Amino acid sequence: MTGADLTTRRAVLAGGVAGLTAMAIPSSRAEEADMLEAIRVFTGGAKLNTGRVSIEVAPLVENGNSVSIALDVASPMTDADHVTSLALFNEKNPLPEVVVFHLGPRAGKARVDTRIRVATTQHLVAVAKLSDGSFWIDKREVIVTIAACTEE
Amino acid sequence: MATAKIHLPAKAKRGEIIQVRAIIAHHMETGHRRTTRGEMIHRDIITEVIARYEGVEIFRAELHPAISAYPYFAFYTRAGVSGPISVTWRGDNGFEQTETAMLVVQG
Repeated sequence: MTGADLTTRRAVLAGGVAGLTAMAIPSSRAEEADMLEAIRVFTGGAKLNTGRVSIEVAPLVENGNSVSIALDVASPMTDADHVTSLALFNEKNPLPEVVVFHLGPRAGKARVDTRIRVATTQHLVAVAKLSDGSFWIDKREVIVTIAACTEE
Repeated sequence: MATAKIHLPAKAKRGEIIQVRAIIAHHMETGHRRTTRGEMIHRDIITEVIARYEGVEIFRAELHPAISAYPYFAFYTRAGVSGPISVTWRGDNGFEQTETAMLVVQG
């Protein structure tokens, strides 16, 4: 999604296209490239390792407006070795970012549970940054039968 | 003031890792929706949640519109001394609210 796309879209809508017609225009959803760019901004282009972080979410959800999800990182959470931040991204919501958590040794345990909006069937990606500067990634697909975010 | 709740275990042992649950009644309007007349509904979300205990930040979250209405977070901290755990929610249109809950630590 680029600024130019948004401008055009707004211009079209401002031009009197409304209601049902507006709904028929392809929505300004982020695609995989936007998600990869958002991840790159978070990591600063650092290498992504697989493992240690995991996304816990039901593979099939009925209602995309409220999807329970947990991000869990295998970390001792000591002063010397802990998670500093933990971010969640998505491919097909209007924006690729979902949430960023900042943790530290005072957490004791690197896990956060929350509820998110998932616009449509897509992949979710979690990235954990550890105190040694390494980044760890997990990717999970969620199938959604009732969409979120852009409905009336 | 929105209704907000912080849930802690009734009591904790020193050094025990406890779960903190925080929820606030906020609609998290995404800014991506339209009225039936096709007009955009302005974004109105919580953008930041910060939890503090013993004067130290123990958890912070940066929220985007993809967090559900009535934003809920469950996170952990290691029990030290008895004292308040505070959670502050900040958001669009100058939204700011802080709640506290007492953590009772025994032994």
